[in-house]
Amino acid sequence: MDVPIQYYGLLSALLFSMGVAGVLLRRNIIIVFMSIELMFNAANLLFVAFARHQNGLDGQVFVFFVMTVAAAEVAVGLALVMALFRSKQTTDVDDASTLKG
Amino acid sequence: MSLLLFGILAVIALITAALMVTARNLVHAVLMMVANFGTVAIMYITLSAPFVAVVQVAVYAGAIMVLFLFVVMLLGEQQLSFDEPFAGQRMAAGVLGLLLAIMLLVTLFTASPAVLQTGLTAEQIGRENAQRVGELLYTQYLLPFEATSILLLIAMVGAVVLAKRRLL
Repeated sequence: MDVPIQYYGLLSALLFSMGVAGVLLRRNIIIVFMSIELMFNAANLLFVAFARHQNGLDGQVFVFFVMTVAAAEVAVGLALVMALFRSKQTTDVDDASTLKG
Repeated sequence: MSLLLFGILAVIALITAALMVTARNLVHAVLMMVANFGTVAIMYITLSAPFVAVVQVAVYAGAIMVLFLFVVMLLGEQQLSFDEPFAGQRMAAGVLGLLLAIMLLVTLFTASPAVLQTGLTAEQIGRENAQRVGELLYTQYLLPFEATSILLLIAMVGAVVLAKRRLL
């Protein structure tokens, strides 16, 4: 174990924060989705790093479940993007404001 | 040597993530995301998780990237604007992201993670990775594994229903 676990924590935290900043910053729904994937990825990286740190495999198994949820989320999310684009001809999240009171 | 490799990969991952979040062209953003995921996959190999690395490449760099590119293609190419709907939104987003990063880092560096005794060595985990992960998936984690199959079925049906021209 040459690389300390804290370095992976640092990288993962930075990647996750970039994902959060992307969701807050960008108004394009596809970029927002990709930022969410970035956050999933940061969490997965820390799972695998800790699995190595602990000499266990449970972290790696959990990564599979996270990936499954991410894949399901992308499939449904992109279908939602298509539905939004079809009804409003936009990919801007601020234009989807029909429910606004 | 390993530290050097980690440094190079970490820098590439951070740069591609930053370029993805700030991209003006959707296709560029997707390609930067793939580069980021590929870098993380290499990192998984150095962390003795070759099976996860292969799945990462197949699922993310393969399936999810194609899905994203497909939707980008369907919606048509467009240049993205950086207009701020609210004054100071960009500043607020940056500050909030930075605050979150600081909070995460403080938590990470003040906590001391316990090391469990699993009876395995890093060598074993790396060499018999696929067998061991598969064994865990089909024994200890059998119920969640089956539950994810139902989740995927629901997602598949949901995507078809949503993508249909007339809803039901």
